[in-house]
Amino acid sequence: MMEFLFGRKKSASSAKERLQLVLIHDRTDLTPAELEALKDDLIATISRHVDIDPMAVSINVAQDGRSNRLVADIPLRAASRRRAR
Amino acid sequence: MTATVVTVTSGKGGVGKTTSVANIAVALASRGQKIVCIDGDIGLRNLDVVMGLENRIVYDLVDVVEGRCRLRQAMIRDKRLPDLYLIPAAQTRDKTAVSPSDMVRVCDELRPDVDWVFIDSPAGIERGFKNSIAAADRVIVMTNPEVSAVRDADRVVGLLEAEGKGPAALVINRLNLAMVKRGDMLSVEDVLDLLAIDLIGIVPEDENVIVASNRGQPLTLDSKSKAGQAFQNIARRLMGEQVPFLELETPGLLQRLLGRK
Repeated sequence: MMEFLFGRKKSASSAKERLQLVLIHDRTDLTPAELEALKDDLIATISRHVDIDPMAVSINVAQDGRSNRLVADIPLRAASRRRAR
Repeated sequence: MTATVVTVTSGKGGVGKTTSVANIAVALASRGQKIVCIDGDIGLRNLDVVMGLENRIVYDLVDVVEGRCRLRQAMIRDKRLPDLYLIPAAQTRDKTAVSPSDMVRVCDELRPDVDWVFIDSPAGIERGFKNSIAAADRVIVMTNPEVSAVRDADRVVGLLEAEGKGPAALVINRLNLAMVKRGDMLSVEDVLDLLAIDLIGIVPEDENVIVASNRGQPLTLDSKSKAGQAFQNIARRLMGEQVPFLELETPGLLQRLLGRK
């Protein structure tokens, strides 16, 4: 939206966004590819126990002060619907 | 007296460590504090020229460590401030000439006689950095509002935490207000969001810093310069005073149109 209104994005905000990503990787040693692999493993493991929609899963590294946490949001499919099938 | 040992480090080179050490040291000494600066950059010494003491060097840190002179003999007294001293680095040796335990020994010998020991760390995260932080009670991490400097600062902050030397205090050096205003430079808030450590100083970009280095006269004695003021404020905060950060807002458009400052 801002980009639409003001033309090119300000360079300071690109700097901040790029740094946010770089610092997560520097601090955790977790590359985007490794994060994807982790996500696939998690989905496979959880799917063995409960019914989930793999497309709805989001797994990200969130910054919390100087520490980082892995935040996973994994919506479960309603059990009643499964039984009805 | 029991000195506090403060190490100034940054990861990246060229962010203004040496200049800041000289300026903060002068600010502390002008407030009646007794202070010794140690140039930790063995092989690439610079603190001597910035302080204007390059012609007075007889002995250096390596001479002390290797027992060729007593500590006192390597302490060069400042030209203007009698309670400010420099222990220069050796120019013809490398980082391995000094060990972390040597630094602890030298600092422990200085502690009873002064209020502050300031160590100017070399760039990088190798031996010179490890030597420089070995004796530190407090660490100042210096950065510029630029991607490379902030990234390296983050790395150093992480290493300091791992070494049990945290939490470090941050100085943001060479902030250009006009560029921040037009969205072309990371703001103080941006850098603090990214690094998530406490701030101890904001130093605006100021040509006077280079002029002062040219003359070998750190500029904090000249209170008119913005950067000089910022270094004074850092010195006061180190001494435990609560000092508000420099007013960084430029006047708004309406105020400018009304001709008010």
